[in-house]
Amino acid sequence: MAANPSTVKALEGRGFDKETAERLAEGRTLKDIQGLDKKGLMELGFTGNEAQDVIEKLAKAKRPKAPSARKPKEPAVHEVLEAYVDVPEEWTAEEEKLRDRIIKKVEKLNEGVHEHEIVVMPHRVMREIIKMALERDADAKLIDRVVEKSVDVLRRIRIDPTEAVGIVGAQSIGEPGTQMTMRTFHYAGVAEINVTLGLPRLIEIVDARRQPSTPMMNIYLQEGWNADAAKAQVVANEIETTYLKDVAAIDTDMVELKLVIRPDKAKMKVKSLTRDDLLDILKKLRKAKAEPVPESDEIEVILDEPGFKRLQQVQHQASNIKVKGLDGIKRVVIRKETGHGYVIYSEGSNLADVLKVRGVDPRRTTTNDIQAIYEVLGIEAARNKIMEEAYATLSEQGLLVDRRHLMLVADVMTADGSVKAIGRQGISGQKSSILARAAFEITVDHLLRAGMRGENDHLQGVAENIIVGQPVNIGTGAVRLAVDQKKFAEVKPIPLPPPPVRKEPTPVLEEEPLPLEEPEEEPETETAEGEVTSET
Amino acid sequence: MSEEPETVQVFNVLNHELVPVHEVLDEDEAKALMARYGVKEDQLPKIQVADPAARAAGARPGDIIRVVRMSPTAGKAVAYRFVVEY
Repeated sequence: MAANPSTVKALEGRGFDKETAERLAEGRTLKDIQGLDKKGLMELGFTGNEAQDVIEKLAKAKRPKAPSARKPKEPAVHEVLEAYVDVPEEWTAEEEKLRDRIIKKVEKLNEGVHEHEIVVMPHRVMREIIKMALERDADAKLIDRVVEKSVDVLRRIRIDPTEAVGIVGAQSIGEPGTQMTMRTFHYAGVAEINVTLGLPRLIEIVDARRQPSTPMMNIYLQEGWNADAAKAQVVANEIETTYLKDVAAIDTDMVELKLVIRPDKAKMKVKSLTRDDLLDILKKLRKAKAEPVPESDEIEVILDEPGFKRLQQVQHQASNIKVKGLDGIKRVVIRKETGHGYVIYSEGSNLADVLKVRGVDPRRTTTNDIQAIYEVLGIEAARNKIMEEAYATLSEQGLLVDRRHLMLVADVMTADGSVKAIGRQGISGQKSSILARAAFEITVDHLLRAGMRGENDHLQGVAENIIVGQPVNIGTGAVRLAVDQKKFAEVKPIPLPPPPVRKEPTPVLEEEPLPLEEPEEEPETETAEGEVTSET
Repeated sequence: MSEEPETVQVFNVLNHELVPVHEVLDEDEAKALMARYGVKEDQLPKIQVADPAARAAGARPGDIIRVVRMSPTAGKAVAYRFVVEY
């Protein structure tokens, strides 16, 4: 009487935990279980409450199978539109009235048009119209006309089905890419922080590198922390990695073979450190003991086994002990920005830990490390950041690439739920077609391996179809025309106009003119364009 | 999450500026969506269950998440991701 694993799985999908599912599925099919009533369940050893719960869960999962729900009716256009608008947002009553009016108008314009021609008005366009209408106190007629025009334009500028958007995007980014400088630039505004820009940065983004070559963060501060330079410094101290050598002088005492650590008072104060803090940290040193020097703020480090060489080792170790800060943050710069108060810029990045620091505003703080964003904030945030960074890199050099191309790049890179590079390891290298992969890089390897495994190529992509000499499955190549023979038979030939009468050529001076070829005017049967159905 | 003295309350990633709205669709909504676009779930872009935003939204494998993005071109745009396990 074992439980069928697929039944268990089905039950788990209906919200049961594994144990209950296994108990229910023991020797029963899903149908049996659904047939059970409360009494039957209680006989199986479920308590009353449990049985009730089971029935409820089964009933809940069953509901969508009801005949009315099985075939969800095609939502009306305004319902589609609602998906764009009905997101919690503040609309004033006035705006709402206009919004509804516009939605209605768009819907009306969509009436009767082909399914592919239905226009959904983008949120931003709608907002714009509403804003303008309110500003100018436009009357209903005018608004209607504006909406009409907008819908017209929207319909016209929309990408056609099967348009090769990837190629267009690649060229639109590639061409300006040739004009990029190959230089590392200073970060605009913060002269002290170096950031990779230009082509190397763009490559880095598209390659989904694990760590950017110059990671940096913009750390915003919370209300109450961002107005005060001293408070900003406190947060900065918490973040910036500080080594012992940064706050104290570390001297070797050659006579007694010990280390003397003299904290710099001013620096200690800036970093809000005390001697006890240092003492605590110095305890980590192995085979050495740290002791405070009485009646001074110095610390002595005495070796367990005195020796000249050992002393040097310990000095080296001690100076590189981290006394404060987060891993990876090498340096911070505090600047006052209008609108944000004090903002901390950091060289080096550690998003996960920085977000936890008190005083940091975790909602706005970001990094240029896309992998870190993906790990801490998720795939959608990574997508946004790829777009943002790529756009910023291009526009910093005065290259204006339409954001939609970059959106496409970001979409492709994040489509499978993780950030994937474009290139050998990523999109191009993981194509399902052997020929496409072989055409990209390491041709022989791909072909050889495919041959050994006996793989198939379904010739669905662009590259492989070009290789075999077929029309590609994109653009006009994606459309097949077929003649509907039945309808074609009904087509009546259109009577042709009588053929133009040809004049007899006037005989030339030659004695025996060559016999003219009889112009065989076959009554051309009109190949009327029969009813043509398009298949995509 | 470990409670360090400097740690503020656990931060909900959905509140981050870079993270758009994530909502889990209920079964009926998901069905209607599939019908509207004529696709199957696995033809949608994916999101991992372990994705921080998916976890914050309380998604489980097999769910569909509606993502309402703030788009520089459309203002607000809706996208969908299918929650997968791996």
